[in-house]
Amino acid sequence: MTDPLIKLHDIRRTFHVGEISVHVLRGISLEIERGGYVALTGSSGSGKTTLMNLLGCLDRPTSGEYWLDGVEVSKMSSDARAMIRNKKIGFVFQNFNLLPRTTALEQVMMPLSYTNVGLSDREAKKRAVELLRMVGLGERMDHRPSQLSGGQQQRVAIARALINQPPVLFADEPTGNLDSHTTVEILEMFDRLNRQEGITIVLVTHDPNVAGHARRNIRMRDGLIEEDTVRKAAVPEPEKAQVGA
Amino acid sequence: MTIRKTLSTAVRALRRNITRSALTVLGIVIGIAAVIAMMEIGKGSSGSIAKTIASMGANNLLIFPGTAATGGVSFGGGSSLTLTAEDCDAILRECPAVAAAAPIVRARPQIIYQDKNWVPTFVYGSTPAYLEVRDWTQLAEGDIFTDADVRNASRVCVVGQTLVRELFGGENPVGKEIRVKNVAFTVVGVLAPKGANAFGMDQDDILLAPWTTIKYRVSGSSSGSSTASTSTTASSTTGNSADTTYPGAPSVFPAQSSTQSADAPMPVKFANVDQVIMSARSGTQIQPAIREVTSLLRERHRLRPGEPDDFSIRDMTESANALASTTNMMTNLLLAVALISLVVGGVGIMNIMLVSVTERTREIGLRMAVGARSRDILRQFLTEATLLCLVGGLLGLALGRGAAVMVQRFLKWPVESSVEAIVASIVVSAVVGIVFGFYPAWKASRLDPIEALRYE
Ligand SMILES: Nc1ncnc2c1ncn2[C@@H]1O[C@H](COP(=O)(O)OP(=O)(O)OP(=O)(O)O)[C@@H](O)[C@H]1O
Ligand SMILES: [Mg+2]
Repeated sequence: MTDPLIKLHDIRRTFHVGEISVHVLRGISLEIERGGYVALTGSSGSGKTTLMNLLGCLDRPTSGEYWLDGVEVSKMSSDARAMIRNKKIGFVFQNFNLLPRTTALEQVMMPLSYTNVGLSDREAKKRAVELLRMVGLGERMDHRPSQLSGGQQQRVAIARALINQPPVLFADEPTGNLDSHTTVEILEMFDRLNRQEGITIVLVTHDPNVAGHARRNIRMRDGLIEEDTVRKAAVPEPEKAQVGA
Repeated sequence: MTIRKTLSTAVRALRRNITRSALTVLGIVIGIAAVIAMMEIGKGSSGSIAKTIASMGANNLLIFPGTAATGGVSFGGGSSLTLTAEDCDAILRECPAVAAAAPIVRARPQIIYQDKNWVPTFVYGSTPAYLEVRDWTQLAEGDIFTDADVRNASRVCVVGQTLVRELFGGENPVGKEIRVKNVAFTVVGVLAPKGANAFGMDQDDILLAPWTTIKYRVSGSSSGSSTASTSTTASSTTGNSADTTYPGAPSVFPAQSSTQSADAPMPVKFANVDQVIMSARSGTQIQPAIREVTSLLRERHRLRPGEPDDFSIRDMTESANALASTTNMMTNLLLAVALISLVVGGVGIMNIMLVSVTERTREIGLRMAVGARSRDILRQFLTEATLLCLVGGLLGLALGRGAAVMVQRFLKWPVESSVEAIVASIVVSAVVGIVFGFYPAWKASRLDPIEALRYE
């Protein structure tokens, strides 16, 4: 039995706003297997984004333990967490977060400039080109965000998230700004990444159709996990063994 | 993050907002341009002053008969205006700090060659040592007259470049005969060009002859009496040339109004000279030379202790140095103003970088989310500011040099480029970038990635 990719133990997160303490996460314990495909749902304000920030090592829990790929990361320094984010985590945002006036190719290569083991320029470019081809933007390498549609921008963001070949991709409402047609395109891409590349995907969504693509649904409520279900055959013929909590 | 990557990232970021980058950099461009132009013009003028001082004769000293304060000083009975050629010989013999010395007899006669005439600024009677003192021994044509010529009061002379131009129309005057106040002189040599002195006087407008010839043949020939001869030579010392221009005319002022009248009864045989020019062995030997010459002349002139000197010694470089220090002060003042404008430019950089950090908060958040550490962000913004300033510095350098060249071409001011100024301005602009870019960069690096990503 291999380690789970992600293991949370009694994670709590409390914000202090003036005199008041806001307990946003109130004890989350959770394991996500390698190659998992998880949708995080729940009403607004239930703490999904807060949990995603913790999972993505952008934030540190007030208490609790977090093992990512076998390493306890919750007590790490901000520099060490930056390294983890660079190597092990891919981020996809609701609003794409592309650099203005920068070509798609440069956007995708950008995280490599913070990677210690330097790839040569040619290798870096080759990898970025491959990724852009994979997300279907082989013809649009030199386009800037203003020259791309929302769906295309999100695909650039996905390519960027994958440049360092991370084992896991976190996406907070990745289709929140997209129409239903484009949403399907993006989700098909996630499905393929999960199925063919074995990348673990955790996404937050309000849309049941989007959640339907995942094999596992976690519903949150008031900073706690309310329901954790494993769906069978939601995606046509999942190739991997079923995973569960 | 490698230096090359940091640089290319910075260049890309600056190019994304090229207009603003250009405007931001303008303050530095103007500041550096001002500094460079000031340095080059300042260095040019102090260089030309240094050259002028050297051409006047470095370490030169002048001895005049009479006290420095001629105005209200009454000369005691028996005091006489005596500075003689023998004094000059004695100085050379007995003062080790003096390298060379030459007596000077001045006149201001008209010079005639064929149908042309000219009144040179300087007509000096001296010895061959004069050129040694003035560091002017290189002649353009011919040779200097000899000590034998001085003993025999030979009618020979050497002339400066201005005379060659004005009298001889540029042709070689060696061997030609000119008339100085109706005395025929043979030109034996032409002096090398020297240019203007610190006061703008043309040093090439000179005729140099044995002092004996000038004293006894030229000055003496205008009137038979020895009184007139001393009066003529002496009055040229004070710069009042009215009676040399019209030698036969009666003097406008009574004789006692000038200090020279005191020696009116002096017989000519003492061989008074108007001044003695000498050079110290080096700059540090100037003061010892003054001391030695003073005590020697006091002894020779039999002055009792307490009696004032009957001569005065003037340090030639003094007034030139005063001129140089004035120029230096002006240059430093302007340089200070230029540096202030550089600081203002730096504040401009800081301001724009702060705006840029705020504007790019989301970008900073994203970079952090994909793995940038705070020091990467700090370095990125610091590099951008420094790069801006360096580019500004280089542009300013070009602009400043251009301005200096224009000043040289159109205003004819002396200009001198200096490697130090160029290196300094590059260093200064880099330092301005680092100093004024640090605060914005530090602010950027302190951002919280979550807050930054959420920033609208
Ligand atoms: N930095 C903070 N300081 C104080 N309170 C915070 C902070 N961040 C989040 N919260 C609070 O935590 C709660 C959960 O916020 P969170 O963004 O995780 O919700 P969410 O589930 O992502 O909601 P949505 O579906 O609307 O995106 C909210 O009530 C919010 O006000
Ligand atoms: Mg949210």
